Amino acid sequence: MEKAIEVKGLVTHYGTREILKNVTFSIPRGMTTVILGGSGSGKSTLLRHIIGLLKPTKGNIFINERDITSLSEIEMIDVRKKMGVLFQGAALLNSLTVSDNVALPVTEHTKLQGSTIDIMVRMKLDLVGLSGSGGLYPSQLSGGMKKRAGIARAMALDPDLLFLDEPSAGLDPVTAAGLDELIVRLKKVFKITIVVVTHELPSIHIIADYAVMLNRGEIVFTGTMDELKMSDDPQIVSFLARRPPDDSLAPGDYLKTITGNS
Amino acid sequence: MKVSTMPLPVKEIFGYTGKTFLSLLDSLNTISVLINSVFYQTFISPLTGRPPRIRASIVEMVRTGYNSVPIVSLISFFVGVILALQAAYQLKKFGALIYVADLVGISLTRELGPILTAVLVSGRSGSAFAAEIGSMKAAEEIDALVTMGINPIRYLIVPKLIALMIMMPALTLIADFSGITGGTILASTMLGLSPGAYIEQTINSLAIQDIFTGLVKALAFGIVITLVGVYQGLRVEGGAEDVGKRTTAAVVASIILVIVFDLFFTILFFFFT
Ligand SMILES: Nc1ncnc2c1ncn2[C@@H]1O[C@H](COP(=O)(O)OP(=O)(O)OP(=O)(O)O)[C@@H](O)[C@H]1O
Ligand SMILES: [Mg+2]
Repeated sequence: MEKAIEVKGLVTHYGTREILKNVTFSIPRGMTTVILGGSGSGKSTLLRHIIGLLKPTKGNIFINERDITSLSEIEMIDVRKKMGVLFQGAALLNSLTVSDNVALPVTEHTKLQGSTIDIMVRMKLDLVGLSGSGGLYPSQLSGGMKKRAGIARAMALDPDLLFLDEPSAGLDPVTAAGLDELIVRLKKVFKITIVVVTHELPSIHIIADYAVMLNRGEIVFTGTMDELKMSDDPQIVSFLARRPPDDSLAPGDYLKTITGNS
Repeated sequence: MKVSTMPLPVKEIFGYTGKTFLSLLDSLNTISVLINSVFYQTFISPLTGRPPRIRASIVEMVRTGYNSVPIVSLISFFVGVILALQAAYQLKKFGALIYVADLVGISLTRELGPILTAVLVSGRSGSAFAAEIGSMKAAEEIDALVTMGINPIRYLIVPKLIALMIMMPALTLIADFSGITGGTILASTMLGLSPGAYIEQTINSLAIQDIFTGLVKALAFGIVITLVGVYQGLRVEGGAEDVGKRTTAAVVASIILVIVFDLFFTILFFFFT
């Protein structure tokens, strides 16, 4: 199995609080990997490090064999041209139309002519099922359409890595299912590596080939979806069964918590 | 366990001073990094073949400059009238009414033109910069630019800086002109001076360096207003309410800084011109 991304000994802090505690795993090329975990387990933090928005306290992140933790901002541009990111709120530029949003990476990084770019943009919008909505502004789009436009922009430069942060969060089940289908199609058509941060069980079962599970800043599982389903780790079992985890504290610990003596 | 023997209030004072000092150092560091990269992207980067976004700069010039023309001319017109009245009140005691022209002309070009313009532009554009950048930060749009390999400073901030560096001096010239017009109209209607004589007196009293020092100030104020607005916008952490707070902070801070810089320049020009 060829690795697209390799994270080694990653330690990260917000201020003095340690968020990720020595995280090591890799993400296979050409597959869809889901990053799972409860709220506050550090999924978004991990994603922000992998896409180079934050620098870790310690550890290395290799993308296509290049250690991005040691690259300068200018060297990072080459890496970034090969990856697309969909943010949780889509993060389209509100001052630009949908078409101009999708065209933005192309106009900034290539010297293509306006008419060529127009055609590229129309192809991308068609790909995500938004043909005809190019002239609208982001504020005129529904949540699901925003996500689709965000994916079109992320795909603008034909990246070989696509990152999606909670693509179906806050959408109704039908719209969410439509997005899942789009993600599956992207992988089939473009053979790219897709990394999805998500909680949604139904969508995990449809889109994922591989899973990485975090709990309180530590990796509790990496492996294929079949391995995940077969696992008998209580945390994983309760996550997949949507059961609240057995978090009750021992009586002594409980006393410590409320008296503040630790 | 060893217990600290320092009395609590003393400890708190040290703790507070230390924390304030550290966070001050932190923001100073952020500010200097920001200033450094803004100037790099504006002046050095174009030399290496990355020209600034001309169209975006023009859009910003229209927004910050052209659209401010009515308010700037209106306010400075009235200030010109008020100045002339105040000057006449003193000067008529000496029968030196014609010197109203000198006073109005010099105070406007050297001092009030740039200051008035800067205060108005802080209120209109400084706040708009903070709000725009702040809401983009809150919506992760700035992060999105970074992940697309687009430098947000070059893309968003440089056009604003270019716009204000050009428009602040231009607006100041307009303010000077309409203030002097206000003075002329007051002098010729209420003070019984002939407009021709008033204008001639104004032209004779103004040295080119009066106008020039005013324009140098205006340029500096334009840089200050842009940097403060952008800095406050980039500091937005949470959501909409933080954007509002930062917008207010941007206006307050840029007006204070404009006055401080004005004092600095006035002292400088006092000794060196
Ligand atoms: N900007 C920040 N400053 C300080 N602490 C933060 C910041 N962002 C996140 N945290 C903290 O880091 C921890 C991990 O947050 P993160 O957003 O990575 O979790 P998550 O797994 O994405 O959760 P969710 O599923 O709710 O989005 C949380 O405890 C959060 O309080
Ligand atoms: Mg998250």
